[in-house]
Amino acid sequence: MDFQVVVLAGGNSKNLTPLVSKELPKPLLPVANCPVLNYVLHQLEQSNLKDLIVVVEGEDAALLVGAWISGTFIDRLHVEIAAVPEDIGTAGALRAISHHLTAKDILVVSGDLVSDVPPGALAATHRRHDAAVTTMLCSIPVSGPLESGSSGGKDKAKKLGRYNIIGLDPSKQFLLHIATEIEKDARISKRILHAVGQMEMRSDLMDAHMYAFKRSVLQEVLDIKDTFQSLKEDVLPYLVRSQLKSEALLNRTPQGEENSNEKVSSQNNQAFISRILANASTPSFHGLYSENPDGSSSTRKTHKCCVYIASSSSYCVRLNSIQAFMDINRDVTGDADHLLSPNNIIGPSPKLGTKTTVGPNCRLGEGSEMGDKCQVKRSIIGRHCRIGSHVKAVNSVVMNHVTIGDGCIIQGSVICSNVQLQERVVLKDCQVGAGFVVTAGSEYKAESLAKKEK
Amino acid sequence: MDARRMSRAVPRVRQVGFFTPNTPAQQPQPQSAAPSSESPPLSDSPASNSLSPVMIPPPRHLSDNLGGRTAAVPVPGRENSGELPTVGSYNPSESVLWLDSPPRSRIGDVELSEGAESSLGWYRRSDSAKFASSLPSGGFNLSTAKHPESVAAVEAKNPLPEQSEAQKEQASSSKPLKAKTTKAERRALQESQRAAKAASRAQANKSGTPGGASSSKPMKQPPQKKDGPPVASSIAASERIGVDWSVEKERKKDLPPPRKQFDDESRGGRAKRRSVLNQPEARNRVELFRHLPPHKNGTQLPYLGSKFFELHEKHPAVYKVGLQYLAGDLSGGNARCIAMLQAFQEAIRDYSTPPEKTLTRDLTSKIGGFVSFLIECRPLSMSMGNAIRFLKSRIARLPLTLSESEAKTTLCSDIDRFINEKIVLADKVILRHAATKIRDGDVLLTYGSSCVVEMILLYAHELGKQFRVVVVDSHPMLEGQKLLRRLLVKGLSCTYTQLNAISYVMHKVTRVFLGASSIFSNGTVYSTVGTASVAMVAHAFRVPVLVCCEAYKFHERVQLDSICFNELGDPDAISKVPGRVDVNYLDNLTDKQKENLELLNLKYDATPSDYISVIVTDYGMIPPTSVPVIVRGYRKEYLLI
Repeated sequence: MDFQVVVLAGGNSKNLTPLVSKELPKPLLPVANCPVLNYVLHQLEQSNLKDLIVVVEGEDAALLVGAWISGTFIDRLHVEIAAVPEDIGTAGALRAISHHLTAKDILVVSGDLVSDVPPGALAATHRRHDAAVTTMLCSIPVSGPLESGSSGGKDKAKKLGRYNIIGLDPSKQFLLHIATEIEKDARISKRILHAVGQMEMRSDLMDAHMYAFKRSVLQEVLDIKDTFQSLKEDVLPYLVRSQLKSEALLNRTPQGEENSNEKVSSQNNQAFISRILANASTPSFHGLYSENPDGSSSTRKTHKCCVYIASSSSYCVRLNSIQAFMDINRDVTGDADHLLSPNNIIGPSPKLGTKTTVGPNCRLGEGSEMGDKCQVKRSIIGRHCRIGSHVKAVNSVVMNHVTIGDGCIIQGSVICSNVQLQERVVLKDCQVGAGFVVTAGSEYKAESLAKKEK
Repeated sequence: MDARRMSRAVPRVRQVGFFTPNTPAQQPQPQSAAPSSESPPLSDSPASNSLSPVMIPPPRHLSDNLGGRTAAVPVPGRENSGELPTVGSYNPSESVLWLDSPPRSRIGDVELSEGAESSLGWYRRSDSAKFASSLPSGGFNLSTAKHPESVAAVEAKNPLPEQSEAQKEQASSSKPLKAKTTKAERRALQESQRAAKAASRAQANKSGTPGGASSSKPMKQPPQKKDGPPVASSIAASERIGVDWSVEKERKKDLPPPRKQFDDESRGGRAKRRSVLNQPEARNRVELFRHLPPHKNGTQLPYLGSKFFELHEKHPAVYKVGLQYLAGDLSGGNARCIAMLQAFQEAIRDYSTPPEKTLTRDLTSKIGGFVSFLIECRPLSMSMGNAIRFLKSRIARLPLTLSESEAKTTLCSDIDRFINEKIVLADKVILRHAATKIRDGDVLLTYGSSCVVEMILLYAHELGKQFRVVVVDSHPMLEGQKLLRRLLVKGLSCTYTQLNAISYVMHKVTRVFLGASSIFSNGTVYSTVGTASVAMVAHAFRVPVLVCCEAYKFHERVQLDSICFNELGDPDAISKVPGRVDVNYLDNLTDKQKENLELLNLKYDATPSDYISVIVTDYGMIPPTSVPVIVRGYRKEYLLI
């Protein structure tokens, strides 16, 4: 369909420390025992998009991700891995691979998106309007009220800053305003407001980081504005702001087409045809605006910024915070379990001791062993974990190769790979970094434990 | 004027001269062959004798039509000009032609009417041929000359019963079938010649004014000459029955297949399985219209969108057009047709023949797949059907020796030519024709938003004519507002009103210009719903109704009502008022109450030809009765280009 797909997988994310580390870059962070990147790739594969470019920050991370992809999707996807230096932002990453982009339209997906919204819907909207950029908006996920509120509340307070203020036209098809942070004042272009007449401001929508760009537009913007760092915070607002006074660069392609027809008569006919077509379609405010009041032919250049609003029933969350990580883990095993690709659900049944109960919404990796009288509720336990007797795990994520001693109580915590919990450890709302050893009998609450960097 | 016609007469004679060996034989034939056709009536002679006056009651329809049409003359009287009489003057004779033309093509025992009519048809034919070719330049003096002619034609109609009686007595026992078909053939040929002549003259006349049109004429001429020989030979060999059979077969092939009836449950299953879109539930649909394809409303849009990457066999361009149809972003017959053809063009450009397949067959099936996808998004319009038939016939007629790239470029240029000739040039011709009917001080009424009518109004405005426009509109589309906006931007003075107030504005109106989605061969105009009401009101007020329609939208189907074939719109659209969320009287009904509610949103209606004064088309201005002539001529032309 003449779409090129770029997956921005990212690398190390500061938001997610201590969960991610050099050994475990963010794309490989397991969500319900399979890496988060798997959800995006699976979704794309379902949509029959098999040629992908995966952009990873950092060479080491790229190697790890590449090895995982080639092992998992070996003959199903054709993936190019591109390593870009760290901290150049999403726009910088696209700029770095810009010469690889050849198709007419580019679909940019964030690698940490866990969603069941088909990317085709976005692409179809994009094509239908012949837009310069189309972005997917989804309703803000219900941030999971865990039983224990304190840390959740803290995270929520942090999340507030991430709300988007989004302005839509009355038909909810065009994006008129987007601001990432809540500022005191929101600047709205008077020109746009005048052309549209009515703008709907929404704060209950979230930019899902799935964009369809017209390649020519994207490349021009990246070339000219070389200070732009982020797609979401620089490129998209720029395109939205300038949609009614877009520079001539954005409309270069149609002009080129016209020039190719040398004959005056055929050009005349082309104009005739395009007028018929233009009159037939319902004009958007772009068209109305581009007409000059005196009725002469359009001189003002415009481009369209469209939105695709995912229906509220679909699932769409970005993994960009620890809270989101917990939420996604909970949802993927619970309500949104259709997201799990079938081959990754559960290994051979783990060995369970006597009187051990595993509640609903749990996931146990292969080769894990559990002692007697354990209780596991709404938790995910990775591969090859050894869990002693009388262990209680609620609302927690335990990654691979974790050893948990007898009598531990884990609530709402994340325990990364190769962690050793000695006997009678009590963790509540904690994150334990990879390879950490928690000494026997210690109690932690809402703390982040990680090995000291050497 | 005369000198000009003489100079042009030379090529015309040459063109006719191609058929000269046959044409002299034709003239006596009405007398000699018409009797031969009377054998079936003779076999049951008493019945047919009594039948024939019933089929064509000359006194009745003479008085009828003359009464009706001369009643229409007061309009010209009011106008006190020699121009409008052209509308009124040819009508009597042509409406006579119309009344007996439908049975003519149908049943055997109408041969009588045909023989009788063809004998006196000579007057009329010359008359109508002149009229069809009455061009903007020549329209005035022809119209003055026409008065006596049409009267003569009417008078010639009077001896019709006696003449037919005499012919019946002459009837001999020759083979009826043969005679019938040959006659039909001859008639078709004759009329196609006439249409071609009119077209060529229109082209010639026009080529004088714009520079672009002259290039198209040489392109158009050779095919017509090419199609001459086979037809001529079929006439020469008309005595052989085999030829007729093949002709019959071809005609049958051209007939559209029976349309799917959507209330037929036995067939629904298969279609459902094949379809890309979900069929909406058939709940709350009006009983009378259950046979029509249900409206695919906007809720299907995300569903189709989500399959964007999965339906990779559909070309992206076609897919885009389908989405636009479904979303209602693209409407209007011309625009939809152009968009579709351009999408096909793109698809053909990207096409490559798979191994072990031939381009002709594979591409045809591929186009078929595209078309069925588009039909799922929205039912095809007649114009699109014609365009698809053109494209498929072009593919089928590709020489096998062509390489793939050559074949592709040929097809692409064919599509370009179709768009340019049948739509763009046709529209330009229509502009010039119709602009002659607009005079200073006119009040023109139009309904909805037709792109041709809009161009006519703008063109006349550019010519400096002073007139006012009444734009009539109706819910739920409110397309008239779009038209109104564009007209006002250009500085025309407009009146805007809704359809339900039409009788109050009609008395001030001097002309009604309407667009059409299609025109059927019985002269019925198939257009946006509401058009029929406008035409009827205009007829009641004795206001001439001009329907502007390109000839590629003509269809050979005959339709008498707007029930058996139509399109359903979004039923919810009519229960809502745009921009008024507070008007929601139907929303708070309980489900049980809603069970008794059936919403009907029809998209089209059929206007009987009685209410149409003239059809402005690219072959000239014709009465609605002449549509079959153009349909036949056109069919030959586009199949044999």
